[in-house]
Amino acid sequence: MNRIFTKFEELKGAGRKGFIPFVTAGDPDVATSLSIVLKLAEMGAAVIELGVPFSDPMADGPTIQRSSRRALDRGTSLNDVLRLAADFRKKSDVPLVLFSYFNPILSFGLDDFRKAASGAGIDGVLLTDVIENEAAALSAKFATVDIDLISLIAPTTTDERLKSICEPARGFVYAVSRAGVTGAQETTSAAAKTLVTRARRFTDLPIAVGFGISTAAQITDVWSYADAAVVGSAIVSEIEKANDPVAAVEKFVGQLLPLFKKNGDKTVPDEVT
Amino acid sequence: MNYEPDEYGYWGEYGGRFVPETLVAPLDELATGYFTVRDDPDFRAEFNDLLQNYVGRPSPLYFAKRLTETLGGAKIYLKREDLNHTGAHKINNCVGQILLARRMGKKRIIAETGAGQHGVATATVCALFGLECVVYMGTEDMRRQEVNVFRMRLLGAEVRGVDSGSRTLKDAINEALRDWVTNVDTTYYLLGSALGPHPYPLMVRDFQCIIGREAREQILEKEERLPDVLVACVGGGSNSIGLFHPFLNDESVRMIGVEAGGRGGNLGEHAARFMDGGNVGVLQGTKSYLLQDENGQIAMTHSVSAGLDYASIGPEHAFLHDTTRIEYASANDEEALAAFKTLSEMEGIIPALESSHAVAHAIKIAPDLGRDQIMIVNLSGRGDKDINTVQEELRRKHDQ
Repeated sequence: MNRIFTKFEELKGAGRKGFIPFVTAGDPDVATSLSIVLKLAEMGAAVIELGVPFSDPMADGPTIQRSSRRALDRGTSLNDVLRLAADFRKKSDVPLVLFSYFNPILSFGLDDFRKAASGAGIDGVLLTDVIENEAAALSAKFATVDIDLISLIAPTTTDERLKSICEPARGFVYAVSRAGVTGAQETTSAAAKTLVTRARRFTDLPIAVGFGISTAAQITDVWSYADAAVVGSAIVSEIEKANDPVAAVEKFVGQLLPLFKKNGDKTVPDEVT
Repeated sequence: MNYEPDEYGYWGEYGGRFVPETLVAPLDELATGYFTVRDDPDFRAEFNDLLQNYVGRPSPLYFAKRLTETLGGAKIYLKREDLNHTGAHKINNCVGQILLARRMGKKRIIAETGAGQHGVATATVCALFGLECVVYMGTEDMRRQEVNVFRMRLLGAEVRGVDSGSRTLKDAINEALRDWVTNVDTTYYLLGSALGPHPYPLMVRDFQCIIGREAREQILEKEERLPDVLVACVGGGSNSIGLFHPFLNDESVRMIGVEAGGRGGNLGEHAARFMDGGNVGVLQGTKSYLLQDENGQIAMTHSVSAGLDYASIGPEHAFLHDTTRIEYASANDEEALAAFKTLSEMEGIIPALESSHAVAHAIKIAPDLGRDQIMIVNLSGRGDKDINTVQEELRRKHDQ
């Protein structure tokens, strides 16, 4: 059983929900990214999504586009991201999911990647632009080294597709909250709840909701119907603005999850107990 | 041989659909819509009527007598797509897709454009049918194709500048995809080349095949035989696949796609995907040859012509390249500019800089072919939009 499964079992046993932060690896630089993800782990992240920077992030809004650009301008490669993951793994057991477009992985070589990712302690891989047969083939390949290919579902996904995506899914299911690109918003669309309810019919896996989540109120709302909330652009935006990104992330996530900050990951937020 | 893709949109290992999950439903809707009209006689009649009466088809197949005599080799015919309404082959695809969008009940049309020809053609058909039109264009392309930006605005389209990446076609496609993923319910993405996720490469090719079907008929009428060589420029690859496809099963016909050789052979200096530095990858929804660095990041490209300045190539081309049915060559900026001048002076035809790459290659190989050989060059667009760029380039050269 890999760390994603174990973590969600643990949360479930404690009657808790998960917080999944996303950061772009290499923004502002690889060493700082490592400090940021270690801080996020310490603050109680259930899973950490590590973004592999890509030159053409067509599913991302301006915030993550800019952070990818900054990481690439620093020369961050997939190799660097895997080294970052390995360094993280020496110090933390929090599950890591690589969040990437397909081309950097394809260019690395699928077999080489599988080996390297497994060696670096990666637990899951989420590919924004791989679906259907190609996803099924990759999922089987990654499963041989106990890496979960995380499946995405969207409000536009039909019931027939939900079934075909959710039934063979591994790790957790990532529900995209709305039609659109990544980016912080004030409210989460009602479509997210509907989608999670629909998906429950086809899977017992945990379901995480992402895209557009940036406030404590939104997280509380998502926790009322899903198993975890993903916060990406809002954190990346803090990193972009800050002189001291680690402190900025700590402060931001602290106010996002006030109880986590005080008592570490043992605390159960009142709303979801 | 059958040159149709499989049901997933693959030609061999190329093509497919590599998109965010949100776009699957609209792509399915598009494929269903397209396969419904593909062989529908009413749709075909409406399409053909507009091609004839609005676009002005058939476009002439013109014998370039002076050019032929000067080069002293193969007989050169020009397929005059530059004489179409709006001045390029792009309108063929736009007419087809706008009829489809109407049948699908879409009211808002978005498009990307490089040289601006596809943007102008899209703005044109949107004006024709009273539909809202938003065109994404890289700011570098807006600068070098200023006339087309103005034309699109005159036609009532909103032109949105894209400031990311190299500020060219690739970045405009990213932004159009982001718009589409955000507005899937209301919006039809009118993609302009034989690129992107299935069914676009197939659909765009089908609509552009009118070029090759006409050329085939016209040359048989004029010469009573098939041509020996076809030459066309390849950016995404729609004008070339449109000319080539109807000849694919004519084994005696040689076909040459001409890529942009830019200003040098190093990665970043050209847009020739089949040259060194190009290898298989996934970009913007499709698997094909790509110009990329050793980390799988998409490389910068350069070409004097905005329409060829793109890091990938349509998947059907990738397949036909590997099977060697189509040969690929390149012409660099300088050769294209020289061809631009030559055709203007010798035939009184100012070609688009994109098409000038095809003309340049024709000029290169025609003298070595016998006088009994027949060559058709696709003159995919006219060069009015390029006069500022050419003026700048010639001035720069003069100053050096």
